[in-house]
Amino acid sequence: MPSESEPAIALEGVVNAFGRHVVHDRLDLAVRRGEILGLVGGSGSGKSVLLRTIVGLRAPEAGTVRVLGTDVYGVGVRTRRALQARWGVLFQDGALFSSLTVRENIQLPMRERLELSQPLMDQLAAVRLTLVGLPLDAADKLPSELSGGMRKRAGLARALALDPEILLLDEPTAGLDPIGAAGFDELILALHDALGLTVVMITHDVDSLVRITDRIAVLLNKRCRVATLSELRRADDPWVQDYFNGPRGRAALADHAPTPAGE
Amino acid sequence: MNAATAPAAPSATLDTAPTGPRLVAAGPWTVNHAGRLDRTLDGLVGRLVADGRAVVVALDRLTALDTAGAWLLHRTQRRLAEQGVSCRLEGLSPPRARLVAKIESACAQASLPPAPRTNWLVEQLAVCGRATLDALDEVVELLAFFGALAATLVATLVRPWRLRATAFSAHVMRTGLEALPIVGLMSFLIGVVLAFQGASQLRQFGAELFTIDLLALSILREIGVLMTAIIVAGRSGSAFTAQIGTMVVNEEVDALRTLGLDPMEVLVVPRVLALMVSLPLLAVFADFMGLLGGGLLTILVLDLPLGQVVDQLQRSTDGTQFWAGLVKAPVFAFVIAMVGCRNGLRVEGDAASVGRLTTQAVVSGIFLVILLDAGFSIAFNALGI
Repeated sequence: MPSESEPAIALEGVVNAFGRHVVHDRLDLAVRRGEILGLVGGSGSGKSVLLRTIVGLRAPEAGTVRVLGTDVYGVGVRTRRALQARWGVLFQDGALFSSLTVRENIQLPMRERLELSQPLMDQLAAVRLTLVGLPLDAADKLPSELSGGMRKRAGLARALALDPEILLLDEPTAGLDPIGAAGFDELILALHDALGLTVVMITHDVDSLVRITDRIAVLLNKRCRVATLSELRRADDPWVQDYFNGPRGRAALADHAPTPAGE
Repeated sequence: MNAATAPAAPSATLDTAPTGPRLVAAGPWTVNHAGRLDRTLDGLVGRLVADGRAVVVALDRLTALDTAGAWLLHRTQRRLAEQGVSCRLEGLSPPRARLVAKIESACAQASLPPAPRTNWLVEQLAVCGRATLDALDEVVELLAFFGALAATLVATLVRPWRLRATAFSAHVMRTGLEALPIVGLMSFLIGVVLAFQGASQLRQFGAELFTIDLLALSILREIGVLMTAIIVAGRSGSAFTAQIGTMVVNEEVDALRTLGLDPMEVLVVPRVLALMVSLPLLAVFADFMGLLGGGLLTILVLDLPLGQVVDQLQRSTDGTQFWAGLVKAPVFAFVIAMVGCRNGLRVEGDAASVGRLTTQAVVSGIFLVILLDAGFSIAFNALGI
């Protein structure tokens, strides 16, 4: 049984490369249990590759990936399958199965893994839907009948279907209007509060970073650097400076965060 | 948190103390065990309602609680309340209390109506009816598209400089030149098969020589052009749908419209005209290759001298047979290209519809080609050609 102090996700010496193009070079990352970690980096810095590596979709060239104490790439199918029930992934556009209704999308993981009666699955699907703020009449719609924001919420409801301990989000607020994006931020915070989730989210949205993340991991020079927002603001790397102290970063910070010491 | 790491199975037991019933919850109340808890609680609620006194739910022995467990707690509480039995939760740690409160506030109404279920027979009838209406709609829409296309085609013929020459020649190359190998090979093989089958049947009557008549008639009139049209429908009709459909998904077609360009003129007309040029040419090639294949077989298997084969071929057919076949080619080309382009423009939004409509373009293209071919046969018969 893994101890509570062990990190939820631990990457050690991870190397990812496409042919001769190295994306991650001996990258280390530790995500603490119960924190919300933002993952940022320039285009092509390998944010999505890192996420795919964590959830077992892309084996790294070298290094180990441990999630909840289990080596993702070093265990048998059965252990890995048990592990997969303990994380939920939200892909960029929801990645809902287009031939299934929202209800069936949410119930698919339950149907595949658990033996629940249909009424109970219907009730649990309704709980998921209300948790992510979707109206119940969305349940019998097909993904193509939903707006982009609703698809993301439905995708989140599916990610929550098995009550995971870790939630991985790929740009959850991209493509949403500011109201929708703020609503999504609130939603993730509320879920984090109520369910004690560990959340890793890729985002380009400085507002989201400021509002909801505990720490931020910056992908820079093929490595990963984890720090709190105020530490990053004082960092001397030019890219980090541009990111957080550029016009957009400053505007977002001015709106939300208590100003870091010394300013 | 999880069943894999939790030591004990969950339980819900009823403890009837003189002060009132106590429902003792223990173990992990998580989604992995929700099925069993669901059944246990169903039974317990009935007993508690029968008892009728206020219930205390003791939760201090819970080892884990997730949304599914919290929902089951909340549901039990609600069901008891509906029957007039009050129910109090005891021994929740603050984080778990927050979770239960969250579920309570979120799920004031939560109960999904069962998925709509209808009679199987009614369902099948509805599917059948819908398909019929869709088919009728499709005929009307295809006619409308035919009209719009015809108008643009006439406008292009009146002002030929409006035709996109580059696109036109590129499509002739892709649909014609690049299809030569497959069309040639297939026609050759069909010629061989026809000659072989014909020879083996006609030999019984000592009429092997007429194998050549059979070949000439069937390949020139029907098979050459029909097979070519079917290959082209599968090869180019589907390609048109996929190309235009992808452009619709990428909003390229909308971009064209906002630039004041008519997709019909820019995308559809060059494809239709290109196919009307390349399909007849391919059909001529197919005729040649089919006769070549059949002729070679008669020479090799029936041991006929080349001169006699050519002689018999010339005697058996005249230009009419050839033209009666070839005149159908541009018509087939028009229909295949029209269906392909129209299905491409029918794509809406998602990538999934591109695949569906591409398949449909091939099926409708081939169907219409064969339908038209039957029409031609009847017409030629009436005209005595």
